[in-house]
Amino acid sequence: MPELAIWSIFFLPIISFLVISFLLRPFLNDKPRLSGYLAVLSIAGSLLLSFWVLSEVINAPGHRLSLPDHEWAMVGNLTIRVGLIVDSLTAVMLIVVTLVSLMVQIYSQGYMHGDPGYHRYFAFMSLFTGSMLGLVMADNLIMLYVFWEMVGLCSYLLIGFWYHRPAAAAAAKKAFIVTRFGDLGFLLAILFVVFQTDPPTFDIERLHSLAVAGTLGGTAITLLALGVFAGAMGKSAQFPLHTWLPDAMEGPTPVSALIHAATMVAAGVFLVARMFPVFEASPQAMTTVSVIGGVTAVFAATMGLVVYDMKRVMAYSTISQLGYMMLGLGVGAYAAGIFHLFNHAFFKALLFLGAGSANHTTGTFDMRFMGGLRRYMPWTFATLTVASLSLAGIPPFSGFWSKDEILLETLHKNQALFWLALVGVFMTAFYVFRMMFMAFGGKYRGGASAEHVTQHSAHSHALHESPPVMVVPMLVLGVLSVISGVVNLPWSFGLPPHWLADFLGGEAAGFDVNLAGTSSLVAALGIFLAYAIYSARWLSAERVGKLFGPIYTLVYRKYYFDELYEDLIVTRGLYRNLSFALDWFDRNIIDNVVDGMAWLGRNVGRPVSRVQTGQVQVYGIGISLGILLILAAFIIFGR
Amino acid sequence: MRTVDLYYLSPEISLSILAFAVIILDLFVQRKGWLATVSLLGLFVPTALTLALWGVRTTAFNGFLIVDEFSLFFKLLFIVVAALVILASQDYVSKFPRMQGEYYALVLLAAVGMMLMAASGELITIYIALELNALSLCALVCFLRDARSSEASLKFLLLSAISSAVMLYGMALVFGLTGSTSLRDIAAGLVPLKRLLDEPALLLGLTLIVAGFGFKISTVPFQMWVPDVYEGAPTPITAYLSVASKAAGFAVILRVFYIAFGGMDLDWGMLFAVLSAVSMTIGNIVAIAQSNIKRMLGYSTIAHAGYLMAGLASVSALGIGGEFLGPSGVLFYLGAYAMTNLGAFIAVIAISNKTGSDLIADYAGMARRTPALAFALAFCLISLVGIPPTAGFVAKIYIFNAAVQNGLVWLAIIGVVNSVISAYYYINVVRVMYLRPAASEEAVPSTMALRSALLISVAGVFLLGILPGPLMRLANIAVSVLPVP
Repeated sequence: MPELAIWSIFFLPIISFLVISFLLRPFLNDKPRLSGYLAVLSIAGSLLLSFWVLSEVINAPGHRLSLPDHEWAMVGNLTIRVGLIVDSLTAVMLIVVTLVSLMVQIYSQGYMHGDPGYHRYFAFMSLFTGSMLGLVMADNLIMLYVFWEMVGLCSYLLIGFWYHRPAAAAAAKKAFIVTRFGDLGFLLAILFVVFQTDPPTFDIERLHSLAVAGTLGGTAITLLALGVFAGAMGKSAQFPLHTWLPDAMEGPTPVSALIHAATMVAAGVFLVARMFPVFEASPQAMTTVSVIGGVTAVFAATMGLVVYDMKRVMAYSTISQLGYMMLGLGVGAYAAGIFHLFNHAFFKALLFLGAGSANHTTGTFDMRFMGGLRRYMPWTFATLTVASLSLAGIPPFSGFWSKDEILLETLHKNQALFWLALVGVFMTAFYVFRMMFMAFGGKYRGGASAEHVTQHSAHSHALHESPPVMVVPMLVLGVLSVISGVVNLPWSFGLPPHWLADFLGGEAAGFDVNLAGTSSLVAALGIFLAYAIYSARWLSAERVGKLFGPIYTLVYRKYYFDELYEDLIVTRGLYRNLSFALDWFDRNIIDNVVDGMAWLGRNVGRPVSRVQTGQVQVYGIGISLGILLILAAFIIFGR
Repeated sequence: MRTVDLYYLSPEISLSILAFAVIILDLFVQRKGWLATVSLLGLFVPTALTLALWGVRTTAFNGFLIVDEFSLFFKLLFIVVAALVILASQDYVSKFPRMQGEYYALVLLAAVGMMLMAASGELITIYIALELNALSLCALVCFLRDARSSEASLKFLLLSAISSAVMLYGMALVFGLTGSTSLRDIAAGLVPLKRLLDEPALLLGLTLIVAGFGFKISTVPFQMWVPDVYEGAPTPITAYLSVASKAAGFAVILRVFYIAFGGMDLDWGMLFAVLSAVSMTIGNIVAIAQSNIKRMLGYSTIAHAGYLMAGLASVSALGIGGEFLGPSGVLFYLGAYAMTNLGAFIAVIAISNKTGSDLIADYAGMARRTPALAFALAFCLISLVGIPPTAGFVAKIYIFNAAVQNGLVWLAIIGVVNSVISAYYYINVVRVMYLRPAASEEAVPSTMALRSALLISVAGVFLLGILPGPLMRLANIAVSVLPVP
């Protein structure tokens, strides 16, 4: 397949970004619809090309297409080349990113209708998707890092899309700064590579072969892997860099859907998968990944149990699910981790779009003011139920298959992490159905108006299902949430058993009926408890909350992580001490140096320029003196 | 002379014809704007002829002219620079009541001189080409015909005459000792003279030649004419002088020293290293004290001649493919510097067209009065400092890397320190434009021609900053024709 076609996959959205920003927005500002259509068109083109790539990769020997790479820059003996890597992992990611992005952008046509920043929105969304596509196709660390940062930049721009709202601006800043800590690790890892390889190479496949051959080994590979993982932790919001993701809810809901399903957070998991041979070569790094993943999975789930904001439930759920993916990768279940990423992308995008749909009509995200939406929004309710069952891991929905593979693999590798993960399964089922029962069950509790005015004035007559442009993408994602597990079933079902695992070149995890039964049962228990508390009301939520008293407060306050970071580390540690020290240094040392330069300029520059009399004779003498000086230097030093 | 030699000389011939055609056209057309258009369109002919010659490696006119990628690289550079200068001059020239045709013709003829300089393989040809260039520029410098401009022109004429005389002395001595003016034969003739220092006449000859070329590239201690001439000349011509004339000087130096004096037992690399360090330091320090932006940019070109000479000094630095890092660094730097400095000067032209002042203080508040121009100027100044993502950054990395590979770590350190010093006065202009309140809020309009010239150079600065590979490869191919010293 022609190389240009593959490059076009990410060129198309980027061209769309350029056209919207530099042509449509300045010249056709009164026709915002155009940019929406262009964005959808370009990403649809990318999707078609991605399917083409997938079919080519399936048929290619070794499941990879070899493409020529191009010289980008030479610095001394270091030549940096850019090119694309198109293997099974890339092909799967391309499908995930383009498919989810397409659905989200179609949905946005309705959701963002009438927003004054319509052009800007679709320009950034295109750039966001384009950057992510570039990221999954980059064949070397430098190019990957460029797109990695672009993804970070776009998330900043989109989370802060409604920048006039202080909360949105703060959330954007937080997302950018917190992920920066991880990126620092990634950057150090890239620089580290230069010193550890000879000749220096950034080529990912070459690093793989160096890691497999053991040329790059020992402490070096552990440090490299940990640096890369630090970057992944930031982007994928792993503990303890998770604090930015819940706040990122301040962006428009479709943006959250994109961030949580296909672009930003998936980048971290993808990076670990992309560098997997490097991780595999270091047992310490693998252990770190699995422990961080397992801890994050449960830690985030606990916070999901108590929040009332529908989108924040989703946010903690994403952190937790990303934890499962990391856990899967960490215990060596490469295929299972990617399989879960694949399934999660669809049902999580759907959950967000559903939350957005509920918000579209009620005007609030607070579940305490929703309720009863099942009657008014049947499509939203139906699709969300599918997504929730999938997230909870109930067979035969897609989430079940991938979560089960991760659990099985964890059971083989690390018992303690397995039990932790199983607790996470219970919590997941509980919090997602808590959300379903609170928002869709019972009676309507007033929406946005009730949130701000104390008196209950139910505007239930105003409630309505979202327009088709929003519902259709949800339906598509709903269908995908049911069937996307098909690609890696333990039995033959249209496709050979464990097709995805074979395709990705990982080991098939197998299937254990006992484990599958246990995890389904645990999930069912979680759903039942949610039903008992929030629908049947056999138990009072308040009573349960009081029962756990201090623990409830601790969890509800997000374990005080924000306070720890902002008050203790930033304000007390950094601001009061480091900043004051730096300020002193700046004032006394730097300023003096700069003043010294100015002094030099005045007092040395002036006399020297005074030789510049303007007299041509002096200039002539200058030339003669110069010649004599050079001659003398030759004679004296030349020997 | 063979007929095919004419083909090898065709870029220069077509350019000369174009120059005369513009003068003749001047007699007939009323709308003088056509002159610039014809000059610009006419430049496509030498461009096409130069491109057609790419890949040919031969000599013409009994070895007087060399046709190879090295000379073609410079020819293309000169054509691009001349085109941008013409584009930037249009507005400026329209103020002259007479002789607009001559202006464009002289710009083109100066380019012919420079192209010949880059192509010549023999001392007398070098001298003639150099004079063709110098005299054309000399006439251009006095085009404003006011006191400053005439004074600048006279100084330029006198000092370039002195330096030419000095250089001719040197050439005569070298000819006397080797019996030839052809660069290749000089190299052969020098073989019996084992050590240069045993032959004082040759040493003197070499020094005098260096002095002559040093004047062209405006290195310390042959730089004193620079600020006066730069300040007095019409600004487009200042830009032309600072970019193209310097590039031509470097082309000749590379040719002469690699071909004729390459095999000599004398460390001329060290000579250039010392000149480089002195030049960049003096240029930068004196630039700090300037209040006129044209004078400041004048001193800045002295400093940049210093950075460039670090590439000349890196004689034995070889890349992985065995390419000469030093000379290819010089070529790349010249390309990057051409775009950057032209951009800066074009912005200065546009601004002073309106304000009539070249004082840095009068740039106050430009960021509000003309955001696009101020941004372009700031971008070019940042490139001159050598901050990414600009061409200047890549060029400096490239050339300092060559110096380090050559063992000249001290020179690289001096270069980096100098870059920091230069930031002081470059960024000062940015500070004035963005932070100082404007004296008037009047907008600064600019013509389409100026804006497109500026856009081209700024785009060039940016593109070379993020995608330096293609120009680097061209530079490597161009220097591959030089013999190993």
